[in-house]
Amino acid sequence: MNELVFFINNVIIAGSVTGSIYAIGAIGVTLIFSIMRFAHFAHADMMTFGAFMVLLLTLAFPGVGGVVGLPTPIVMLPLAMILTAALAVGIDKVFYKPLRAHGVKPIVIVIGSLGVTLMLQGLIRLFAGTSAQNMYLAGERKEIYRLDVPFELATRPIIVTEPQIILFILTIACVVGLHVFLNRTRLGKAMRAMSDNPDLARASGINTNYIVSVTWVIAGSLAAIAGTLLSLDVTFKPDLSFFLLLPIFAAAIVGGVGHPYGAIAGGFVVGFAETLAVFNWAVLLRPIAHLFPEWIEIPRNLAFVGTEYKIVVPFFILVAILVWRPTGIFKGKVIS
Amino acid sequence: MSTQDTKRREDTVAAPSRFPLREIILFGALLAVILSIYMVMGTAYSTRMLVEASCYAILALGLTIQWGYAGQFNAGVMGFVALGGFSAMLFSVPVNDAFWGSELPGELGRVLLYGAAAAVVVYGTTKLDRIGVPKKLRTVIAVVLAVVLYLVVISMLRSVTGEIQSRAGFIGGFGLPAWTGWIFGGALAGAVGYFIGHICLGLRSDYLAIATLGIAEIIKAFLKNSDWLTRGTATVSPLPWPTPGPSELGFTLARALYLSVTAVMIAVIFFLLHRAYHAPWGRMIRAIRDNEISASAMGKDINKRRLEIFVLGCILMGIGGGALASFNSIFDPNGYLPLNHTFLVLVMVILGGPGNNLGTIFGAVAVYIIWLMSEPLALFLMQGAVFIGEGWFGWEPPGNLDSRALQARVFVIGLLITLVLRFAPQGLLPEKVKHHG
Repeated sequence: MNELVFFINNVIIAGSVTGSIYAIGAIGVTLIFSIMRFAHFAHADMMTFGAFMVLLLTLAFPGVGGVVGLPTPIVMLPLAMILTAALAVGIDKVFYKPLRAHGVKPIVIVIGSLGVTLMLQGLIRLFAGTSAQNMYLAGERKEIYRLDVPFELATRPIIVTEPQIILFILTIACVVGLHVFLNRTRLGKAMRAMSDNPDLARASGINTNYIVSVTWVIAGSLAAIAGTLLSLDVTFKPDLSFFLLLPIFAAAIVGGVGHPYGAIAGGFVVGFAETLAVFNWAVLLRPIAHLFPEWIEIPRNLAFVGTEYKIVVPFFILVAILVWRPTGIFKGKVIS
Repeated sequence: MSTQDTKRREDTVAAPSRFPLREIILFGALLAVILSIYMVMGTAYSTRMLVEASCYAILALGLTIQWGYAGQFNAGVMGFVALGGFSAMLFSVPVNDAFWGSELPGELGRVLLYGAAAAVVVYGTTKLDRIGVPKKLRTVIAVVLAVVLYLVVISMLRSVTGEIQSRAGFIGGFGLPAWTGWIFGGALAGAVGYFIGHICLGLRSDYLAIATLGIAEIIKAFLKNSDWLTRGTATVSPLPWPTPGPSELGFTLARALYLSVTAVMIAVIFFLLHRAYHAPWGRMIRAIRDNEISASAMGKDINKRRLEIFVLGCILMGIGGGALASFNSIFDPNGYLPLNHTFLVLVMVILGGPGNNLGTIFGAVAVYIIWLMSEPLALFLMQGAVFIGEGWFGWEPPGNLDSRALQARVFVIGLLITLVLRFAPQGLLPEKVKHHG
């Protein structure tokens, strides 16, 4: 039974955590893709920026969380979301909008977004340094919950931390909120209309510039959530972005580009695939080793890839989906 | 539309061969800068700078084919450069007797053979439906077999490589001349480029950027963690040069000899590209870039041409990467950074003029000089800022200031990319399209 608990801790919980983070990131990427038709490479750095804002705010107002009963970074999150959304809208106004107005090919805007990536990276590292930093400051501690399993053979508990629970709650809130927004509100419907056919949307009187700004606000605030929760779960690292980009894009493409629900599913597919691939399967096989014939010897390490090769997994998923089903699971729209 | 038909647009007129004023001014200025660097910094340093710039020029020529000629954006130049460097290391480093003298090469070969056999078996099972196995069952069998065989082979490989690492350090090189490594590096990079291009080139152009970005990080992770193959973070040095080294001729002369080798390489590549660009093949490539639909209506095989040009660019990057690693005389997988080996090359191409070989070479040399000079400049500015901050505001600077100051260069490169795209999308020396009509 301990092996099963180990599996739950290392695969189910860890997979849900990475899956949620990738899903929230991929929603932003896929929304930008469907409204503005380009792959936004600076998204991972917007996540880092959001986390960095939270870090700064926590440094500025330590101890606020104690009043509310939540960790201070979580209390500061809404403020950081506003700041990141403002940054996203500002970046669009300064860098992407002129390019769009010139009518360049989408790939040129992609290169522009890589330029923005570098600028954000440079700024964040200039002010935050290059080393990892803990988000829990001023004496706050990461709460760790140990749930005992009601079986006699299991002696080890299931371990969940506080940021992970907050992450699950926020992910569900984001998904529900997005669903309501896209299906029930006028703005959300206008957004879907624009993603289906921008010319038709403009002809029927939808203010496309406004929709673009709204998209950036949503993408920016979601990026801030994902970045902050990732940093809370581990540590704040300023140079994470190139490692986050690939899984997030893989998630968006797996789910079907331009398809928000697909992005959520894709995020969890990529997250679980990653944790399953680095999981040491020998742990699960050992209790049933006596069922195998004598000549089979179970090696000590039976993981598909080592943790240092984790980035291979989203790439492999990306390649597989591009080969077999380039439209993604949920038939994305913007493909050609 | 009728006004457009009657008025002859400027670019449809055969361009008169004008006096190349802009080229002469730009290259003259560059020459003046290089000469002044020679005067100030001394010949050894300046020659080294020129050799590195010329290696970067080969990389930039590779990217200008992909981006300038064909409009394909490769965001993973770093990976192909690293492959070239790895191959230069593998071929030119002396033979490691501790490895080749033992039974380990046989074991390694056995595992690799098992791997090949497993691949053949899995490939065979995917064809099982030919003999009447239902398609779904075939897929299940193939997937399960692939997973099991993969696990078996990978655990065998892990034990052998662990053995190599503990007993021999790493497998060492082949002790061949460096240029064999460069050629093989080009081939290796081309093979990886073929794999990526084959998957992504028929799809949206963004996908190629995502996939190349990913493969670059994977190649780096592989080279960094395969200690048995590359010694990983322990780095391999010195790598022998194809020309007599500094110990025989002194720094300046040896570097000048190396520079002549890379200069000849650039001249050959430049000449071949120039011929290809003005040949019917080059015209076809540009036609595909500018209007894919009409090119395919003319019966051109778009995906095949795209794949050709992508692989060609990757080969050049591999060769350039090999030359760069050999010159630096060290193979350090951690030294390959997206900033230095992808985005710097990108800036060289889009600033110099995508699609214009001369402009690309100009951009490579000019941007490399600026890049090299920006390091002391950034440190100097940061120290100035610290001085002012300390003196006027009593600000206490954090300890790792130097490494932070260098991050300012990341910002500048990003700003440069966005500004060039916005205000000078053609670069300093724009592509000159010759029209025959």
